[in-house]
Amino acid sequence: MDAIQKRILMEVAGLESTPHGAYNIRANGKSAARSTTANIDIVSKEDGSGIDIYIKPGTVNESIHIPVVLSESGLKEVVYNDFHIGENSDVVIVAGCGIHNCGEQDSEHDGIHRFFVEKNAKIKYVEKHYGEGDGRGKRILNPVTEVTMAEGSSMEMEMVQIKGVDNTDRVTRADLGAGASLVVRERLMTHGDQVAISSYFVNLNGEGASTDVVSRSVARDNSYQKFDSKITGNAACTGHTECDAIIMDDAKILAIPQLEANNIDAALIHEAAIGKIAGEQIIKLMTLGLNEAEAEEQIINGFLK
Amino acid sequence: MLELKHLSFAVPGESAEKEIIHDISLTVGKGKFVVITGPNGGGKSTLAKLIAGIEKPTSGSIWLDGADMTEKSITERAHMGVSYAFQAPVKFKGICVIDLLRIASGKKLSVGDACAYLSEVGLCARDYINREVNGSLSGGELKRIEIATVLARGTVLSVFDEPEAGIDLWSFKSLIEVFERMRSANSDRTIIVISHQERILNIADEIIVLGGGNILAHGTREEVLPTLLGTSSAVSACGQLTKGGEK
Repeated sequence: MDAIQKRILMEVAGLESTPHGAYNIRANGKSAARSTTANIDIVSKEDGSGIDIYIKPGTVNESIHIPVVLSESGLKEVVYNDFHIGENSDVVIVAGCGIHNCGEQDSEHDGIHRFFVEKNAKIKYVEKHYGEGDGRGKRILNPVTEVTMAEGSSMEMEMVQIKGVDNTDRVTRADLGAGASLVVRERLMTHGDQVAISSYFVNLNGEGASTDVVSRSVARDNSYQKFDSKITGNAACTGHTECDAIIMDDAKILAIPQLEANNIDAALIHEAAIGKIAGEQIIKLMTLGLNEAEAEEQIINGFLK
Repeated sequence: MLELKHLSFAVPGESAEKEIIHDISLTVGKGKFVVITGPNGGGKSTLAKLIAGIEKPTSGSIWLDGADMTEKSITERAHMGVSYAFQAPVKFKGICVIDLLRIASGKKLSVGDACAYLSEVGLCARDYINREVNGSLSGGELKRIEIATVLARGTVLSVFDEPEAGIDLWSFKSLIEVFERMRSANSDRTIIVISHQERILNIADEIIVLGGGNILAHGTREEVLPTLLGTSSAVSACGQLTKGGEK
């Protein structure tokens, strides 16, 4: 990998060198490096469209890194990654995609991630998006995440997109069995003319299933954000979704939290708030010696932390 | 030394301008502990905001240690040595107590140093240092953190707008001790406190009574305090709590 690819890898996966544990690094449409462990196997799909990741039942304290780097302008790819997470395992999965586009043509990576989470398995999934490069070609990421969660399993998803991605249409769908729990923490910042659409559809199908989908976002300049989150309660379950957005400059934000209860014991809550930075917050930080721009930066950094 | 020269402040009213501060001139000497009291709506908080630069005067000027800061921004005044503790502390999402103290001190404050400021205001530091400065903290806790940020700044002039508002009796006693320690730690440090509290008036070097936007009285504690006792400008702590309904 060259220096640009290495830097992007650092941005999306925090990796300075090859990680410990299992990994698959994809660079410009090809597998650049792969490692498996005794408990985690990574297998290319026969038709070359992606990979299958098999985590053996009972695998604990292991991590899997599957970053994707695009540094060729004009590259468009659709990749299918399927995660088969065995019973009673407890693992961390770090995905992420970084695009460096200095050219005139659009670069696009559409990752379709499917998770099959078996009974009582526990995973933490981190996905970071990053774009850079001063070419006129757009940096486009359209991730689809599909999660099927068996009884008693739990998943925590951290979705972060702070810089440089021109266009994102993210769709996340989840079906939860009895006692399963899904927590989503999304952090998003858009600037320039960027467009980011984020949709969540969480179906709570089993008794005792629960979810908490929270998005915090900042929209600057002329950017547009749409947050569409729907929780459906089909059993005795609990669900909460929240969108908290800071709007700046000429940005536009649409928040559509939705709830559907199909069972009398489904307890569902949604919250949505959009507003500019409170003037008194800026004034307070100015009395501590920051100028207005520094105060704004502190407030946004804290908000997206 | 803080000097206000013919300071006036007016806001647009329905028919004519409404003057909140009316041609005030006063001098607060270096190292003095001055309490500004007076009836509600008399212009006390506005005066504090004019000093901090949050409001701009309609006319007149404000000087700190011989430098004119009338046209200076809030940030510039902060750098010149003005600290200001808000009456209603501002809440943030995601900014932690240690972040605020680090910004206030203007340096890479160690956890130990940050904890020292919190201990000073009676908060068990380890429990608070990484808490977000948001609605999960009680009014009294926010107020004490607000005071800790002023301590962390360590500037030549500190202005506190009703520091006792919203805190309980226990921390009221500690608050007085905080002020006393601030005075003894640095004799050049000028402290201005807006308060009705008899116990705070009791430790003042000077008392200023503000009413209707005018200075009604300005003198030493010995001169002014006897004229105030029993009025709304010098309330005993228990009296105020009873009045507020939270005994």
